[in-house]
Amino acid sequence: MADLHTVNKSPFDKNSLEQAIRFSTAGSAILLIEDGVYGATKGTVAEDMVKGAMGDKKVFALKSDLMARAIKEDRVIDGVEIVDYAGFVDLVEANDKVQAWL
Amino acid sequence: MSDIKKFMYLNRRAPYGTIYAWESLEVVLIGAAFDQEVSLMFTDDGVYQLIKGSDTSESDMKNFMPTYRTLGDYGCRHMYVDKASLEARGLTQDDLIEVAWEDFETEEEVDNIVEVVDAEQVATLLAESEVVFSF
Amino acid sequence: MKLAVQVNEGPYQHQATDSAYHFTKAALEKGHEVFRVFFYHDGVNNGTRLTTPPQDDRNIVNRWVELAEKYDLDLVLCVAAAQRRGLVDDGEAERNGKDATNIAPQFRISGLGQLIEAAIQSDRLVVFGD
Repeated sequence: MADLHTVNKSPFDKNSLEQAIRFSTAGSAILLIEDGVYGATKGTVAEDMVKGAMGDKKVFALKSDLMARAIKEDRVIDGVEIVDYAGFVDLVEANDKVQAWL
Repeated sequence: MSDIKKFMYLNRRAPYGTIYAWESLEVVLIGAAFDQEVSLMFTDDGVYQLIKGSDTSESDMKNFMPTYRTLGDYGCRHMYVDKASLEARGLTQDDLIEVAWEDFETEEEVDNIVEVVDAEQVATLLAESEVVFSF
Repeated sequence: MKLAVQVNEGPYQHQATDSAYHFTKAALEKGHEVFRVFFYHDGVNNGTRLTTPPQDDRNIVNRWVELAEKYDLDLVLCVAAAQRRGLVDDGEAERNGKDATNIAPQFRISGLGQLIEAAIQSDRLVVFGD
């Protein structure tokens, strides 16, 4: 059972990313969109949490939202995969269902 | 694909401050007509939706708290509350309303379908659902 | 794959509706079926034809309309949410005695059951909100 969890909040604003990680099972995918992509950046207080999640989950970030927020690829945590909207659709298809952590 | 799906309504917001809690409750009420397998999950500030003793007489807002008590009659079988979210807010199950459930055909009764669950159970319950509604 | 999309926020106020649009468009372009886009909460504001965004900005309402025209998309505004927020079509105007309508073409107003039905009929429900 693998699910896609979308997170659209900055981890510095609301605990949506934290909860998505806590309440998702091993093998799940977490996709950061909108302000959620701030959680994909290196050197923040959320970095360890994201890296910890990558032990048994995959973390993705939406390219257009990274670009709009001036987060260049070299500032993205190693292992976080960057996807476009077509990739977002593929993730939805590849997983059993989608849960939005608003 | 079966006609009956496992629906989970994920509630993470406090009532009154925004309309999300009330309008998501409306979905649960309308959704009852579709005879799906329905559960509700309350985490984060969503646990405040089930608190006893709300009085909106002076705020002139619609008090929809009594509606939660009727959810058992609307085909809702489980109302789960995340233990950590409850504890973080200084609350226990005693602070929450009770919701009774009865199967009118089999006369099976449950006094209270509000159940406090730990993080692992939350994750399992969400994973076992087929559709998760977020508001 | 058959998809249902739920949009909880209004245009311009929140990026949720942009995300929903780009996601829906990408899914359609990849050949997936979008069973319905259901607009709830302030999301119903996506369906007003009276919006006039500045010329140098995207026209969010028209974007939905054009996508619906191209792919025969079902764009549904929740009736309860629409009534609260003043989104009106001919039927609603007549029922509730309103002197105007403001619904954009391609959108229709219907009940919450349409969301439940979409969730049952579709392989995936994808929610965009605040």
